[in-house]
Amino acid sequence: MTYAAKNLTTDGRELIAFRVGAQEFCVNIMSVREIRGWTPATPMPHAPSYVLGVINLRGAVLPIVDLSARLGMTPADPTVRHVIIVAQVKSQVVGLLVDAVSDILTITNDKIQPTPDVVSSEFEKSFARGVLAIEGRMICLIELEAIFPQEEREAA
Amino acid sequence: MDMNEIKEIFFQECEEQLAELESGLLKLNDGDRDPETVNAVFRAVHSIKGGAGAFGLDDLVSFAHVFETTLDCVRSNRLDPGPEVLKVMLKSADVLADLTNAARDGGSVDEARSRQLIKELEALANGEVPQASAAPVEVVAKPVAAVAAPPVNEEGFQPVAFSFDDFEAAEEPPLMETPTYEIVFRPKSDLYAKGNEATLLLRDLSRLGDMSIHCDMEALPTLDRLSPESAYFFWKIQLATDKGEDAIRAVFEFAEWDCDLEISLASDEAASSDEELPMQPVPFDLSILDDEPAVSVGVVEEEEQLASQQLGNAAVSVAGTASNVLQMAQSAARAPAEKAAPAASAAAQGAAGQQAAASAATPTIRVDLDRVDRLINLVGELVINQAMLSQSVVENDTNGTSSINMGLEELQQLTREIQDSVMAIRAQPVKPVFQRMSRIVREIADMTGKSVRLITEGENTEVDKTVIDKLAEPLTHMIRNAVDHGLETPEKRLAAGKSAEGTVRLTAKHRSGRIVIELADDGAGINREKVRQKAIDNDLIAADANLSDEEIDNLIFHAGFSTADKISDISGRGVGMDVVKRSIQALGGRINISSKPGHGSVFTMSLPLTLAVLDGMVVTVANQTLVVPLTAIVETLQPEASAIHSFGANQRLISIRNSFCPLVDVGRILNFRAIQANPVEGVALLVESEGGGQRALMVDAIQGQRQVVIKSLEANYTHVPGIAAATILGDGRVALILDVDAIVAASRGQSLKPEMSLAAVG
Amino acid sequence: MKKRVLTVDDSRTIRNMLLVTLNNAGFETIQAEDGVEGLEVLEEANPDVIVTDINMPRLDGFGFIEGVRKNDRYRAIPILVLTTESDAEKKNRARQAGATGWIVKPFDPTKLIDAIERVTA
Repeated sequence: MTYAAKNLTTDGRELIAFRVGAQEFCVNIMSVREIRGWTPATPMPHAPSYVLGVINLRGAVLPIVDLSARLGMTPADPTVRHVIIVAQVKSQVVGLLVDAVSDILTITNDKIQPTPDVVSSEFEKSFARGVLAIEGRMICLIELEAIFPQEEREAA
Repeated sequence: MDMNEIKEIFFQECEEQLAELESGLLKLNDGDRDPETVNAVFRAVHSIKGGAGAFGLDDLVSFAHVFETTLDCVRSNRLDPGPEVLKVMLKSADVLADLTNAARDGGSVDEARSRQLIKELEALANGEVPQASAAPVEVVAKPVAAVAAPPVNEEGFQPVAFSFDDFEAAEEPPLMETPTYEIVFRPKSDLYAKGNEATLLLRDLSRLGDMSIHCDMEALPTLDRLSPESAYFFWKIQLATDKGEDAIRAVFEFAEWDCDLEISLASDEAASSDEELPMQPVPFDLSILDDEPAVSVGVVEEEEQLASQQLGNAAVSVAGTASNVLQMAQSAARAPAEKAAPAASAAAQGAAGQQAAASAATPTIRVDLDRVDRLINLVGELVINQAMLSQSVVENDTNGTSSINMGLEELQQLTREIQDSVMAIRAQPVKPVFQRMSRIVREIADMTGKSVRLITEGENTEVDKTVIDKLAEPLTHMIRNAVDHGLETPEKRLAAGKSAEGTVRLTAKHRSGRIVIELADDGAGINREKVRQKAIDNDLIAADANLSDEEIDNLIFHAGFSTADKISDISGRGVGMDVVKRSIQALGGRINISSKPGHGSVFTMSLPLTLAVLDGMVVTVANQTLVVPLTAIVETLQPEASAIHSFGANQRLISIRNSFCPLVDVGRILNFRAIQANPVEGVALLVESEGGGQRALMVDAIQGQRQVVIKSLEANYTHVPGIAAATILGDGRVALILDVDAIVAASRGQSLKPEMSLAAVG
Repeated sequence: MKKRVLTVDDSRTIRNMLLVTLNNAGFETIQAEDGVEGLEVLEEANPDVIVTDINMPRLDGFGFIEGVRKNDRYRAIPILVLTTESDAEKKNRARQAGATGWIVKPFDPTKLIDAIERVTA
């Protein structure tokens, strides 16, 4: 499925929530291009462990990132039940392997609570933009550009 | 087509003419004195001037005009195109290019520079040859307007631009009494020989006002003595017009040299008189026949048919004289058209014939690049589809249906041909990029005060247009670097026993399916001690690192590396050779440097001819499918146990016809497996790398040969050492294309990973 | 019948301008890129009038005009020279080569058409 881009008002935004392991995360819907099922990826030599490889997305080569591993959790063991969120990160397009997409949330900015200061690593601080309390669940809003700092990758 | 489109064509053409101009000037600079070279240079500027004039691009016209005038001096051997003269001309070519760009994009130009060059060009045209030690550029406040003024006619000939506006105004009733002119018009034979018709001139004259004409035919000889193309008649005309004598002369503009023309104001009495002038036979100047023997009687003898036709016309004219001369004139004027008519119908093979003539004139067409690209993309998809189809036929085991297989084979071949043809459309010589470099060299030589000679070779080597387009930037950077850092100052060069003038040599050639571009300078070479120290200072290498000369030289490709003591304005703009390297890699290319202290450096770039497809061998390595570019493979071998020899701790060699070649396990080097595979169970691909030297690449199995469509990895991922690009195979999965040279280099002990480790990945 | 004009000019820009101008004025236009081609297509083009540039590769305007004048069928055809050079020397050479008249560039459409009308019936 594809989500058409919408104009967001300054105080309202749409987010896509998904599950990675036992935790829930969400990203701005504007950066999501499409959501598709898992297909086996071609492994890349010398790639970081969280890069599962590349797949063919209608003629383009798309890297697939295991978000679980990227966020420092247990690496995923991809199955047909996993899904790939195709997202735009700056000028590049990447596929994020997640367990499932759970929700599309429409929220206002005041619903976003600051990240609790239990997080220790600089890395976690860099991508966590806050948390949301929705129906008793805790959903962490993450910044994709912080997870994939493009400049560094280009410098490789 | 509207004017804007034509203007766009004009600018495209300007680009070509500028390239032509520059290459011509460079040829002259190399001592070429072929008049055709000079002509071509002149024509280039002339064409730009002509087109610019049509669009009212005055700055461009003025400059081109001065430039053209000076070039004309060269063309007519009044000015010898020595080195100093050419220096001025090359700079002028640059300014002309700037003016063209400014006219197109609305930018501004360095006016002081163009004024200075105008002055220098004029000086050249006036026979002042500059000295080699010309004073530094001084800004001269010469008004441009002086140059923009219309060209002076040395011989006092004032071109009369056609303007019939005056005639249109004539239809208004004259306010004052209209003056009457008496005109005596005696055509010479040449008038007709040049395609002018006295009758047409009279027709035009009649449009100026009320006119009466008298034809004098006294001079008409008897038929047997008549030369059909000689002029025997003359006319006396009375014309009442308020347009003035100039308007009358303008009518005869084309005929001026080929007739005797007397124009005088008639007396008031005569003017007001309506009665016809009495016939006054004016003595006919027979000498006109003697003057013009060129229109010979011989024509009559040789071309009787034509002659009789002409006689016929003459007869018509004679017959018509009695009544209305003007009418006769018109009918006579029609005669040439009628004369041509039979020939016309004979030749006219309808519109088709015309189009054939027109198409013969245009052996090339211009096509939008977008259209070609669209075609290329479609062909790319076709190639993938064809591969998928082939694969599913194999998988579905169509036993006994050889017609399907034959059809598939034909399809494959056709696809192949289409692809090759499409690729050929995009292939272009590297010439334009190379030519741009000569300007870069000139500018930077000026800025650094160095004397530089750029030699280009192989500029007709063809490569895909995208490669050419993307080549300009890294090449510009490298050229700047070569002049700024590579070459020494003239003083240092002389002290080192070299000529004061440094040489930069830019070469292109095809080699094993790639284009190899070399940039060599005869400068000081890499200062390895300095580079090494800098690398240590920047924590690129350990202080006690043991690096080979080659490794030190290649350090300059690391990010943020600049050896210049001070950041110069030229090559120190925050971009270093690392950027160059990355842009070359993004093109699927490689770059390396070899340097000889005191003798200079050579940068070698090797690039694919096209960014779209390559012929590959599809192989299996550690359960992965990889593609090895076919161009790199010399041969394939099935190693036998007896041919494998261990060497040192974990090196193995394979003996091939009594020589030993290192074995490289591709799976191991790409980290696809932890331990080396057993060579006997796999296949060895003997490859030759860019740096020479052979290696045997071990793969597990060969799947087949295929043409694959190249897909960028960098677009969404990053450059991967050892991997050139990716492709999509028949099963729809991505396969990686091996970068053979990088693999070979890695096998020499250079890790595939240093670039990765330098950057903070993840 | 439409009048046919053969234009000879190596500049694509000028060729296009001529084409547009002449077609708009109701002429049939045949174009050649230089003197050599001009002579090659002459017979087939069978023009009523020729408009030619002077500075061209392979065969310049002077040579082209001389070539046309040597052809019996076309030795009396009106030939107009397009020239940016207004000096008398150039015109004289064109005239000696057999040009009927000239048009000083930059031409505007009216100038061109008027000149052609002027030398053709």
